[in-house]
Amino acid sequence: MATSTTIEFRGLTKSFGSVHAVSDLSFTVEPGQVTGFLGPNGAGKTTTLRMLLGLVRPTSGTATFGGVAYRDLASPFETVGTALEASSFHPGRSARGHLAVYAAAAGIRKSRIDEALRLVGLETFADRRVGGYSLGMRQRLGLAFALLGDPRVLVLDEPVNGLDPEGIRWIRTFMREMASQGRTVLVSSHLLSEVQQSVDRLVIISRGRLMYEGTLAGLDTGSRVVVDAPDRDALEAALVQAGADVHVAGGALTVAGLSSAEVGAIAHRADVPLSQLAAENNRLEAAFLEIVGDTGLGGEAERA
Amino acid sequence: MNTLRAIGAEALKLTSTRLWWVLALVMFIYVGFTSGLIGLLFGGLGEALGETGQTPAIPDEMLPPIVYSIATSIGYVFPVILGALATTSEVRHQTLTPTFLATPKRGAVLAGKIVALGGFGALFGVIALIASIGLGAAMLAIGGFDLGLADSDNWALAGRAVIAMALWAIIGVGLGALIPSQVAAIVVVVAFTQFVEPILRTAASVWEWAGEVGRFLPGAASDALVGASFYGAIGMGTATPLEWWQGGLVLLGIALLTTVVGYFTTWRRDVT
Ligand SMILES: Nc1ncnc2c1ncn2[C@@H]1O[C@H](COP(=O)(O)OP(=O)(O)OP(=O)(O)O)[C@@H](O)[C@H]1O
Ligand SMILES: [Mg+2]
Repeated sequence: MATSTTIEFRGLTKSFGSVHAVSDLSFTVEPGQVTGFLGPNGAGKTTTLRMLLGLVRPTSGTATFGGVAYRDLASPFETVGTALEASSFHPGRSARGHLAVYAAAAGIRKSRIDEALRLVGLETFADRRVGGYSLGMRQRLGLAFALLGDPRVLVLDEPVNGLDPEGIRWIRTFMREMASQGRTVLVSSHLLSEVQQSVDRLVIISRGRLMYEGTLAGLDTGSRVVVDAPDRDALEAALVQAGADVHVAGGALTVAGLSSAEVGAIAHRADVPLSQLAAENNRLEAAFLEIVGDTGLGGEAERA
Repeated sequence: MNTLRAIGAEALKLTSTRLWWVLALVMFIYVGFTSGLIGLLFGGLGEALGETGQTPAIPDEMLPPIVYSIATSIGYVFPVILGALATTSEVRHQTLTPTFLATPKRGAVLAGKIVALGGFGALFGVIALIASIGLGAAMLAIGGFDLGLADSDNWALAGRAVIAMALWAIIGVGLGALIPSQVAAIVVVVAFTQFVEPILRTAASVWEWAGEVGRFLPGAASDALVGASFYGAIGMGTATPLEWWQGGLVLLGIALLTTVVGYFTTWRRDVT
């Protein structure tokens, strides 16, 4: 692994006829981190990644690796490893045969094929035809394909789909490890909870537009505490007196801007016994849904 | 460099699935059976039947080339199918994605396919000739004919047959690029080679002006390149076929045309 590489999207736009799949998208993905690329179904994630990889021609704008377009990379596989969502395999070819074909095309030495198979735990199935593979095994083969060139950048489109819990844990650890080695990791998902534990930064799109770019922590619009007492009025009065922002919601009180320890201390000082005290733990997912518009297929592309 | 690697990768694509040898096996049986049958009919039995005037009289020295060229005159559809499947299966199984990721210069991929399929087409030519010469000669031998195996003209014919089969495989690649739907491409290949062209060639043998045009039909051009044809022998051919090199150029032209048009129309499209 020689130098690190950033991914740069500049004004990237794509229309399929009247469908505006991606609109004026600009952001940068830094090395040494795992960047989550989030958006609901149809938001334009796959289209964006395919433009980055030269598979789809942008209507306007650019997507580059440190300024170099994918098709101009001297050695694409050693720069970028890719696993896209579609299972792109010939069913009559074995996993080893599949990797051998693309290693030959990209000029990757043959010994890397077995290494990649071992990395994803497919070595015992390597000579079986891919047509008989389970979804999870196909995902692993897709990852082995991405790892062929020992790349400095990893671009993964929904890699968690179809993996069992052990596989999900494995890929999370794997992405963190790649990032800690200074590589650039861009991973898409339509569920925040899927990537929450493994990403450092987030890019959220909806309807092809950038909605959020920043840290995971920054997404949290402030913690909330759900609290209740048999004497709810006394509790509310005590909290208001202490300057807290209190709302009645769902048969309990929600307090914004205070930690649960602080809320507990206030109640204790006011001598109000509590029946419930919990930090609301779904804040990130809620904030995510707020950003992308929580209405079914809210992320579907705009039509002209 | 890109293209050299692409050639190797395309060859690996062919050898890493069963398609090529299944097709080659079917071709071997089909060509071998037909050559044997024709050898028997025109050779072994022709002697007897010829006296009753039931079969067209073919000069003895013409028989071996006609029987041997069955390798191409009926076998040519197999390399076309191999070539067409090489491009259309990429669309069908969505393998254009890894292919273009490994070789982002799409022209290099198509060039790699042309060279690799040209090689496999030539190999198919050799296999088809083994069938047509092997079984054809055996049947002719039964009839007591000179097999013409010492005749350098017949070996030159075999060489030209190998070239024709290579060109047919490349035409298949071009057709597949032009018609990315696998089913549509195969229907077009089978319909054209098995129905449309035989009918057109029959029509061409009726009117003189049609014969002028008919000489440029791909199958007629292929027969001209090889230099002998079963169709010609049974009167389905044209009055004056093209020179062998003209036939070769017509095939090459069709191969280039389909590939270039396929490249500009479908090969450069978005892969989504
Ligand atoms: N080839 C195409 N032709 C027409 N429209 C397309 C094409 N490819 C994608 N689209 C449209 O572009 C929009 C974005 O699709 P895209 O696949 O990029 O979304 P996504 O974020 O990857 O969704 P998902 O989470 O379901 O994978 C959608 O509205 C989709 O219908
Ligand atoms: Mg997608």
